[in-house]
Amino acid sequence: MSLNIQAIKVIYKYEMLRSWKTLFQSLASPVISTALYFVVFGSAIGSRIDSIEGVSYGLFIVPGLTMLSLLTQSISNASFGIFFPKFTGSIYEVLSAPVSFFEIMVGYVGAAASKSFILGIVILITASFFVELRIAHPIWMVSFLILTCVSFSLFGFIIGLWATNFEKLQVIPLLVITPLVFLGGSFYSVSMLPPFWQTVTLFNPVLYLVSGFRWSFFEVSDVNVGLSLAMVVVFLLCCLAVVSWMFKTGYRLKE
Amino acid sequence: MNSIISIKNLSKVYNGGFEALKSINLDIEEGEIIALLGPNGAGKTTLISTICGIVSPTGGSVSVNGYDIIKNFRESRQLIGLVPQELTLGAFETVWNTIQFSRGLFGKKRDDAYLEQLLKDLSLWDKKDNELRMLSGGMKRRVLIAKALSHQPKIIFLDEPTAGVDVELRKDMWNIVRKLRESGVTIILTTHYIEEAEEIADRIGVISGGELLLVEDKQVLMQKLGKKQLVLEIKETIDSIPESLKLYDLSLDKNTNKLTYTYDTGGDSTGITRLLQKIQGEGLQLKELQTTQSSLEDIFVTLVHEKKEDEA
Repeated sequence: MSLNIQAIKVIYKYEMLRSWKTLFQSLASPVISTALYFVVFGSAIGSRIDSIEGVSYGLFIVPGLTMLSLLTQSISNASFGIFFPKFTGSIYEVLSAPVSFFEIMVGYVGAAASKSFILGIVILITASFFVELRIAHPIWMVSFLILTCVSFSLFGFIIGLWATNFEKLQVIPLLVITPLVFLGGSFYSVSMLPPFWQTVTLFNPVLYLVSGFRWSFFEVSDVNVGLSLAMVVVFLLCCLAVVSWMFKTGYRLKE
Repeated sequence: MNSIISIKNLSKVYNGGFEALKSINLDIEEGEIIALLGPNGAGKTTLISTICGIVSPTGGSVSVNGYDIIKNFRESRQLIGLVPQELTLGAFETVWNTIQFSRGLFGKKRDDAYLEQLLKDLSLWDKKDNELRMLSGGMKRRVLIAKALSHQPKIIFLDEPTAGVDVELRKDMWNIVRKLRESGVTIILTTHYIEEAEEIADRIGVISGGELLLVEDKQVLMQKLGKKQLVLEIKETIDSIPESLKLYDLSLDKNTNKLTYTYDTGGDSTGITRLLQKIQGEGLQLKELQTTQSSLEDIFVTLVHEKKEDEA
C-alpha cells in the first residue's frame, strides 16, 4: 500500500498556514513571556544568585525556559490542531478520504512539531539578546530540540484526540505539564534541593529533558546525558504506542 | 447497468447497544439517482457514514466498484464524495483553500482550472477568498458540495442536502443534482422530504428502524402502491349515495356535492366507465370531474405505518 503523500502535504501545509495567519500570537506571546522571565529571573533576581557550576544564572535558565515554551506550545499546537476539526465536525472529511491514520498523524504532528521547532529557535535568538549564549554541542542541541518537539506534539495530539471539550484540552497542560516543568529543574540545579526532594525530582520526566538539553549548551547536567536521551526516546515510544492503539480502535474518531 | 455499490448484510450496532442498521442489502447502479427516504433516526446517515468510512460496520460488507470499503479503502474512497448533513466546515480558511485541501486529501494533484470551473458552476467563484465563517448557510452548503466534488468522484452522497434550506435554494440544489447526473455521476441522497425524492430520484428506498423496507423504481412504486381518486361534482343536490352506486367505494361530501371514487391503478379495469354509466342511469348530471393521484408521501406513511403495526 503506497502512502498518500499528497494528503500528508496538504494537512501539513494548511496546518502551517493556520498559524501563519496568527503569526503574531503564535510567536509574540512566547517571545514576550521569555523576555519577561529574563528580566525577572535573569537580571533582577539572577544578579543576586551565584553562578551554578560556573554558569551565570541568567545563562543557566536559557535551556529550561526554552523547554518550558517548547513543551507547552507543542502540546497546545498539536492538541488544538486535531481537536478543532473534531469540534467543528469537519474531521468527517479526513476520515472519509483515502488517508490512513498514520498519514493523518504525520501531517498534524509534523506541522505542530515544525512550529515548535521554529519557536524554540526564535526563543534562543531572543535569549541571545539578554545573555551571551554559547552552545557546546550544536548537533546534540538540535537533536534534543527536534526530539522534544516531536514527542510533545505527539503527546498533544493524544490530548486533542482524547479531549471532548475545551476544558479537557487545557487541563493537562495546566495541571500536569506546567508544574512538571517548573519542578523539573528549569530554573535551578537539582543539586540545590534537599536530598529528599532530589530523589522525588528523579521521577519527573521533564528533569531528564531539561538536563540533557542544558548539557548540550554548557556540558553541565543533573543526570547523565545518555539517560536523558533514553528517557526522551522512551517517552516518544510511549506516545507512539498510545496513538497506534487509538488508531487501531478508532478511539473518539470512529464509532 | 452495472451496480457500482454493492451492500451485503450490512449491520451496525452502536456502543450503547443501539441497532442502527439491520442487515441491509442494496445494489446501487452506475449513473442513477437513488433517494433513501425515512424518518429521523431511521439509519440513513449511519448507512452513508458506513459506506464512506466514518462509521465502522458491525457486520456485512460493502464494495464500491468492486473494492471492499475496508480492505481496499483507498481505492473505494477515491471514488466517493460526501456532502454531510450538518454544515461542518472550519471557520477561518478561505473557500479556495478549503477545496484545495479537500482535493489534496484525496491524493490528487493541484488542478486550479478544474476547481475554478467547479466554483463557477456552484456560483461560488466570487466568494473564493471569503472566510468560511462569513458565508451564509446556503453558501456553506454549496462549499460542502464543492469540497465533495473537488476530487472528481464517480459517486456522490448527499445527506439531506436540502434540510433547512429555503425553497429557492432547494430548487437550485435539485438542478445541481440533475447536472451531476448528466455528467455521469451516481447520486445517493437521503431525505425526509418526500417531494424531493419524487422530484429527482430514479429509484427510491424506504428506510425505517434500521431496515430497508423496499427499493423500487419511482414510477413503479407510485404505480404499485398508488391509489387514484376520481372526484365527481354533481349538479343536483343529493343527500345520500344512490342505492345503485353503493357497491362502489364512494364517499359523498354533502356540502360541495362531490362524490369521490377511490380506485387502484394497478387493476385491469378501474370501473370508471360503469360508474359513469350508473350515474347517468340515476339521472344525475355532472358539473365537473377531476382525478388525483396519491403522492409518495401517502405511500410512505402507509409503509412506515404498516411496519409499526407489524411490530406491535
